Amino acid sequence: MMTENSQDIPGLVCPIPLAHDDKIVLGHGSGGKMSQDLIEKTFFPPLDNPILRAANDAGIAVIDLPQKNGEKVTCRLAVSTDSHVVNPLFFPGGDIGRLAICGTVNDIAMMGAQPSYLTASFILEEGLNIEILQNVLESMKDSAAESAIQIIAGDTKVVEKGKADSLYINTAGVGILPPGVNIHGANSQPGDIVILSGTIGDHGIAVLEARGDLGFKSSITSDIAPLNGIVQDILKITDQIHTMRDPTRGGLATSLNEVAKQSQVCIEIYETKIPINPAVLSACEMLGFDPLYIANEGKFLLIVPEVFVEPILQKMKSHRYGQDAVIIGRVRANPKGRVLMRTSIGTTRVVDILSGELLPRIC
Amino acid sequence: MKFLTEYRDSDIVQGILAEINRIAVNEWVLMEICGGQTHSIMRYGLDQLLPKNIQLVHGPGCPVCVTSLELVDKALAIASLPEVIFASYGDMLRVPGSNGDLFSVKASGGDVRVVYSPLDAVKIAQENPNKKVVFFAIGFETTAPANAMSIIQAKMMGINNFYLLVSHMRVPPAMHTILSSAHNRVQGFLAAGHVCTVMGYWEYLPIAEQYQVPIVVTGFEPIDILNGILMTVDQLEKGRVAVENGYSRVVSLEGNIQAQQVINQVFSECDRKWRGIGNIPKSGWCLNPNYLDFDAEIIFDVEQIQPEESPVCIAGKILQGLNKPTDCPAFGAECTPVNPLGATMVSSEGACAAYFRYTEVS
Amino acid sequence: MCLGIPGKIVDIYNKDGLQMGKVDFGGVTREACLEYVPEANLGDYALVHVGFVLNLISEKEAQETMQLLREIADVDSELNPE
Repeated sequence: MMTENSQDIPGLVCPIPLAHDDKIVLGHGSGGKMSQDLIEKTFFPPLDNPILRAANDAGIAVIDLPQKNGEKVTCRLAVSTDSHVVNPLFFPGGDIGRLAICGTVNDIAMMGAQPSYLTASFILEEGLNIEILQNVLESMKDSAAESAIQIIAGDTKVVEKGKADSLYINTAGVGILPPGVNIHGANSQPGDIVILSGTIGDHGIAVLEARGDLGFKSSITSDIAPLNGIVQDILKITDQIHTMRDPTRGGLATSLNEVAKQSQVCIEIYETKIPINPAVLSACEMLGFDPLYIANEGKFLLIVPEVFVEPILQKMKSHRYGQDAVIIGRVRANPKGRVLMRTSIGTTRVVDILSGELLPRIC
Repeated sequence: MKFLTEYRDSDIVQGILAEINRIAVNEWVLMEICGGQTHSIMRYGLDQLLPKNIQLVHGPGCPVCVTSLELVDKALAIASLPEVIFASYGDMLRVPGSNGDLFSVKASGGDVRVVYSPLDAVKIAQENPNKKVVFFAIGFETTAPANAMSIIQAKMMGINNFYLLVSHMRVPPAMHTILSSAHNRVQGFLAAGHVCTVMGYWEYLPIAEQYQVPIVVTGFEPIDILNGILMTVDQLEKGRVAVENGYSRVVSLEGNIQAQQVINQVFSECDRKWRGIGNIPKSGWCLNPNYLDFDAEIIFDVEQIQPEESPVCIAGKILQGLNKPTDCPAFGAECTPVNPLGATMVSSEGACAAYFRYTEVS
Repeated sequence: MCLGIPGKIVDIYNKDGLQMGKVDFGGVTREACLEYVPEANLGDYALVHVGFVLNLISEKEAQETMQLLREIADVDSELNPE
């Protein structure tokens, strides 16, 4: 029996999940505390190294390129990989193909690197309609063109019926990190401002609706989008961005908690400033979800010194993927590692990391 | 959203708070027995706003957390059976039994499905005639009409592979237990607004009378909760004892008669074990004799399951407001949110889990 | 036990022997059982819990309570936003 006095208390859920230590359960894939615990306790021990430990959206490989004259040129590469297992494959606003491209493009973009090349490997379930595969590939082609990346290596495997949910895709990508850019989860400083690029919860709710199990209908669409373009625009204003994150699984709350912990700061956000599509809010109310924990696939957080905020906001708002950009909070020194939210009624409460699987509640 | 967001208006919140501060001269201990109200209080930090002389104690109001360990273990056993599709409200999947939870059953190959409505579980039964579909019918009075209708629909449609594992709890007997304890500190109650939407509040009149305790039917949004507190404190300061309705937009004295009739058709009172408290007589609802064909506890061989509550856990005393979490020897040691021993640590809205989190921050 | 959300009834029909309706929660709609509110009409606001309408919401009571609360809170009256 565990007796550790855990520093990280799971989020406001009823009840708190068990720490599943012997078998993988769905909660391990939710992006929250259980996922983190799995990585810490099972993945890190055999695979540990400083680059992985930095725990950013992409790993930064430092490569010394020998020159003919004997000198060396140092190049930094952002490298990332992502697997996609979404069900259903197609949903309002996107599909697994677009997700596969944008997911990895965004991880690299969040480091300030420009993604250039991706790989794509496919696990196909026996019986999958080839027409579906073709539609997915068309979508990947369009997303690749929009992101200005090329897929330069790939792989396919076929598994027996029942061993894969129609189709799984893994993408990996690289991008060169320009000199002077140091965007890192541990870089946020007290006094920094937190900017969010747009509405939260759209992707998670759109996919949940498309699955049909909970029986609700709306016009909510996923927000899947490649963010490398808008990030490059911002980098032209300044390369002094401290942290960027795209809040995917686990939602805004989880990403903020990760940064607060890595940077050992307190992040304070304002509930009334967080942009949410009214229909997403209604769906969350109905199901008992907190929008702070729902996945996004076309949004990002930007933590920057206050002096750069106005020009960055202006630039973001003029971009297709940043029209609803807004300041949602600021970074303070204490309490370290905590995310606090000033509620709409003026109180302050702790915002925890997502604990297990996001589940609708009756309570 | 109409009838929802206007009850979060911060100006009105501040105004009601000012009024509470004005009239609250003495020290009072109030309790709410409703997981939804506890959730709202935590989510909006409402307890931070109250004057120091008003103490809010969170009662055993979350049906997910007070469902007995025995029934959770029965659920896990039934869900593990290969011929069963086990359907449940989402939040039950996380509740720890003696050995794991429904997620671990799912990981071991059990067919466990989340449904939003019990009618969805009936549909699953209809679509899977070769499987036995068992629905985990938990909840207080609020959820009983829905759970009851699932059985009625199944019977009407001739669906004979649908079963209920029933764990219904009733609020009034819990209030009796709390108020009749020799060490009771609770002086006023916020009655659960949605329980009263179904049952009305006529059941609370004899309780208020017997124990001389004001009871105010209260809603869930910040304004509703503060209004409930205001009305209760007002009675206490004036030495009045009455049952008042602070949620009149959906609650009436008699409640929803139709729903109560259907509940009585399908269920009758029985004893019920509450996790962390123990048996409270007549505090549950069980299936009536003519619906026993649907009773999963009978159909599946789970009679032998008899788990024990932790002997160390004092959740029962905490739920009744008799002790603080810090009084418990296991608090923060053997009993933590990651390894909970009792109901109040199982739920992150439970007193022990809340103390654990907030004592860290301050 | 308590997650009940208000929504507007926008359709009423019979399905599998039960009176059902479509409820609009503000951009999201879902089916809900209307067996417990036989008096329900299109356009009524309803309290929905696990796919069942537990009761209709009284606009009159809501307005009276809100008026009273505004007076207690010393807040000027304003039109309720839709």
